[in-house]
Amino acid sequence: MPQSELGQIEPLLQEFDNTRANLIPILQQIQATCSYLPQEALRRVARKLQVPLSDVYQVATFYRCFSLKPRGKHLVQVCLGTACHVRGGQKVLERTQVETGVDAAGTSADMQFTVEAVRCLGCCGLAPVMRVDKTTFAHVEQTKVRGLLTRYRPRKPATSEAEKTPAVPAESTLVHGGDHA
Amino acid sequence: MPTLTMNGITVEVERGTTLLEAAQFLGLPIPTLCHEDGLAPYGGCRLCVVEVVNGAKKSLQSSCTYPALDGLQVFTHSARVEKARRLLVELYVATCPQSKRIQDLASAMGVRQVRYDAKHEHCIQCGLCVRMCEQQMMAGAIGFSGRGLHREVTRPFDTTSDTCRQCGACLYICPVCELRCAGPDAESTLCNGCLNISTACFQTYDNAMCSLDPCHACEIDGPFRADVRVKLQPQIEFPVLAKK
Amino acid sequence: MPNHGAYPLRSLEDLQAVAELGRQRISPAQPKIMIGMATCGQAAGATEVLEAVREVVAQDKLPYVVSETGCIGWCSQEPLLDICIPGRPRVTYGRVTPARARQIIRALPEPKPQWALATMPGDENTLTGYYTSYLAGEDTPLRGVKSYRDLPLFKRQLRIVMRNCGLIDPASFEEYIARGGYTALWQALRTQTPQQVVDGVTKSGIRGRGGAGFPTGRKWQTVREAPGSPKYVICNADEGDPGAYMDRGVLEGDPHSVLEGMTIGAYAMGASEGIIYVREEYPLAVARMKDAIRQSEVAGLLGANIFGSGFGFTVRVVTGAGAFVCGEETALIRSIEGKVGEPQQRPPYPAVRGLNGKPTCINNVETWANVPVIIARGGEWFASIGTPGSKGTKVFSLVGNIENTALIEVPMGTTLAEIVYEIGGGIPGNRECKAIQTGGPSGGCIPASKFNLPVDYDSLTAAGSIMGSGGMIVMDDHTCMVDIAKYFLGFLEDESCGKCFSCREGTQRLKEIVQRISEGHGVDEDLVLLEELSWMVREVSLCGLGQTAANPVLSTLRYFREEYLEHIHHQRCPAKVCRQLITFAIDPVTCNGCGACVQVCSGKAILGEKNKLHTIEQAHCTKCGACMDICKFDAVTVN
Ligand SMILES: Cc1cc2nc3c(=O)[nH]c(=O)nc-3n(C[C@H](O)[C@H](O)[C@H](O)COP(=O)(O)O)c2cc1C
Ligand code: SF4
Ligand code: SF4
Ligand code: FES
Ligand code: FES
Repeated sequence: MPQSELGQIEPLLQEFDNTRANLIPILQQIQATCSYLPQEALRRVARKLQVPLSDVYQVATFYRCFSLKPRGKHLVQVCLGTACHVRGGQKVLERTQVETGVDAAGTSADMQFTVEAVRCLGCCGLAPVMRVDKTTFAHVEQTKVRGLLTRYRPRKPATSEAEKTPAVPAESTLVHGGDHA
Repeated sequence: MPTLTMNGITVEVERGTTLLEAAQFLGLPIPTLCHEDGLAPYGGCRLCVVEVVNGAKKSLQSSCTYPALDGLQVFTHSARVEKARRLLVELYVATCPQSKRIQDLASAMGVRQVRYDAKHEHCIQCGLCVRMCEQQMMAGAIGFSGRGLHREVTRPFDTTSDTCRQCGACLYICPVCELRCAGPDAESTLCNGCLNISTACFQTYDNAMCSLDPCHACEIDGPFRADVRVKLQPQIEFPVLAKK
Repeated sequence: MPNHGAYPLRSLEDLQAVAELGRQRISPAQPKIMIGMATCGQAAGATEVLEAVREVVAQDKLPYVVSETGCIGWCSQEPLLDICIPGRPRVTYGRVTPARARQIIRALPEPKPQWALATMPGDENTLTGYYTSYLAGEDTPLRGVKSYRDLPLFKRQLRIVMRNCGLIDPASFEEYIARGGYTALWQALRTQTPQQVVDGVTKSGIRGRGGAGFPTGRKWQTVREAPGSPKYVICNADEGDPGAYMDRGVLEGDPHSVLEGMTIGAYAMGASEGIIYVREEYPLAVARMKDAIRQSEVAGLLGANIFGSGFGFTVRVVTGAGAFVCGEETALIRSIEGKVGEPQQRPPYPAVRGLNGKPTCINNVETWANVPVIIARGGEWFASIGTPGSKGTKVFSLVGNIENTALIEVPMGTTLAEIVYEIGGGIPGNRECKAIQTGGPSGGCIPASKFNLPVDYDSLTAAGSIMGSGGMIVMDDHTCMVDIAKYFLGFLEDESCGKCFSCREGTQRLKEIVQRISEGHGVDEDLVLLEELSWMVREVSLCGLGQTAANPVLSTLRYFREEYLEHIHHQRCPAKVCRQLITFAIDPVTCNGCGACVQVCSGKAILGEKNKLHTIEQAHCTKCGACMDICKFDAVTVN
């Protein structure tokens, strides 16, 4: 991993003493700092706390908020809690995955987005709910996803694919959304 | 010292004894998959469940982890226990049909049908190898990762472990590992079904289900295994798995 | 927090002095503007409203006080803005936009009545038993605006746990004390022995609000008598049930009530250390709680020698890392110890051997928040509320397909019909109510025909569901019960810790079978297999998760068997949800060719010229239903 990351981690480790109970708080700090858990960092933590690496690895893979791979710039959490499910959360998730173009692991190739399903963000009264980074959005129907994500996309020159497609198809052309025919 | 009854027999045991130990003391046979003497009780396979009457509460509990408490009434083979174990073993066979140990359990319990699609998992996550490695070999080289349906036995980061000494204890203790099955020796096997499916080591050597790197089993049985591989016919259905 | 020289607080008089400060903050001499700034309020746009209000007040140099508050529970109307003018009822405005907020502020003291949602002429404090009127003279509510007292949503509510939610600034220690806060702690520490406190709780008959409903008094007695030291008290704020946010409401809206309850409990059980385990999805709750702890430490209500009684207690917050199973008490303890959240064999119970092997009392947020009221009003008073087997009130989050999505607190024994049709205002859009799901993944679906059921621990269990922590998800006839069962199994196979073979493999297989049925490939025998497998998973699994994992399947099978059979025999999903069994089509008569559907179609499957009939090419249809959602003319049909 980059030297700079290790450099960030060292001072952070100093703040904790070497008790096992600190394992999860330490990993949370590393996750918050690097947006993922670098392999080297886990080895370092195992040495510090004197626990087997297999234990640290187990904890790091057990809890949902840890990630062993770098995450995108924006973390998009789509709620799949029950209230959101009955109001179409699954469709919102699928739409978000398509719009951001993330792979199976949940991160887009340009490292702009990581999309993740979560089980309830506690705003069930406003379902379906989505959280991008620290902002929670209410009533996110699937048809609103594209618009919502625009503000998180990198600014691109006006020739980008999205802007080329006219908002309303020109008249007299046969409208066919795709090219798979 | 706690006094309890097991299948009607009164028994007095030392504090800290488990129900399984008490039953073994009385010679009551309880099937287990994740328990071995010398390793800490785990309670993962659930096969050792017994019916425990504690005051007004009647429930099934894993005997390998449940403490023998004063005044308990325990039934090791009640109808409820037997039914639960049979349904459990049916699920085991569906998950890991190539294990001789599981096939033996199924035949001993009279499990005659498997109503699920076969999965051919290499591991039932009994955790014996993990505990063996940690508690007896003091290595802690392997462990679990993930949770729920993504849980598996792995080495950290799926790479060769620094602390693994290649002792092979994990292989030795595994209840579903191929080494235990006599393979092509027709007399000693239940069904020869294992000939028709790939073995754990063969299939997963690359991503190292077997924690050893290189794998001892494959080294030992190398030529013979190659022989088996020739015979592999993955398309053939496993005989006891009557698919709907 | 201003230190006015009285810290550390040592006596009732000291508390009174702080309370006076708090009263001035709650009811200042100037008009006060309050904005609900809980997470849900913020999601609905309260942050922008607050900014707009602050801006107007600063720009126009208005003599108004602007204050934040927690969630009053009226989620469907968020963001909420309240105006309190001395001598007048408090007026609530709903779905406030920044523009409307500016209008309201600029129109003070007489904003248009038609903007208002409701008026609050006063409030009853269940902790003290006093009613405070906001009115100077006669009850003069605004013309045509209903009073909270007459709103079906609030009429039936009795707020013990939520006594301060939406009424005080949760960041203000003084406001909490002004509402009678910490007098119960003083009362317990200075006038009662620990055993008397436990007896009071036992007498109240309160049962744990975290789901299982274990009598709290009995648990406290066990911990009190258990040998070992130090002892711990833990507040379980993991709230993993999807669709439930009662605990968040309390932590964000009234954090001190939980702290006070825990301190009283610690005194009763002889514990010296407290931990609040909050799930990581609730960053605001974590922040509020940490803030509250710091305030109490400064005031001497945490730390050594509280109220000069010689009793000392400290509290810290531990943040979860995202695992539903960590709500289970033994898993929660493992998680605090830095291990994976795998539940452990009980006995030994945590009450005897818990955190670090020491006696530990784990209670839910709501349970703790009830404690100060039980002490202040007495166990008998508390026991007079509710039903014989379930005492007191319960907070529910009423969500899903319901008109008033809300956080409500009602006495135990209120019927489901009252909750859904009266308080909740029924189902939106003239739909039919089909079922209500209670108890999260451990609970079940109760059909509308059973809505005369009183809500208490025993009735819900008898109906095949459980009380759980209080999530109530209302489902209309657009909800497929097979899909709901599949949904919960998907949740559980992911959230099971995976230790028990029965639970790990069982939930996967249950899902496999239900999935098969939902795809139209099921056979009659599948239902038998589902029932047998469910039974086995429940019987042999170690912890509550596995033991209740089959409830969603069993309860839907019990009440909605026809729906399963419809999928199996006719490959038809009556609710039109299961994707493999439905097709979307465009009605040639209604379609006017506006083309809106083409833009949203995720499969790019819609063909058609502008202003001409559009059609769906079935081969490319992903069944996402976006076309149906977007069509303003209801031209898209599903069959
Ligand atoms: C899978 C599972 C999840 C649970 N989740 C929670 C939870 O999120 N919050 C909670 O308070 N209790 C939860 N519980 C219940 C706790 O184990 C425990 O019974 C409770 O915290 C005790 O507090 P009480 O007596 O106040 O209810 C859960 C139990 C299980 C089996
Ligand atoms: S590899 Fe074998 S011993 Fe290890 S957990 Fe799996 S089944 Fe058990
Ligand atoms: S029942 Fe499920 S969640 Fe509970 S311990 Fe067993 S595997 Fe883990
Ligand atoms: S169910 Fe989505 S926020 Fe709770
Ligand atoms: S032997 Fe007891 S659960 Fe496996």
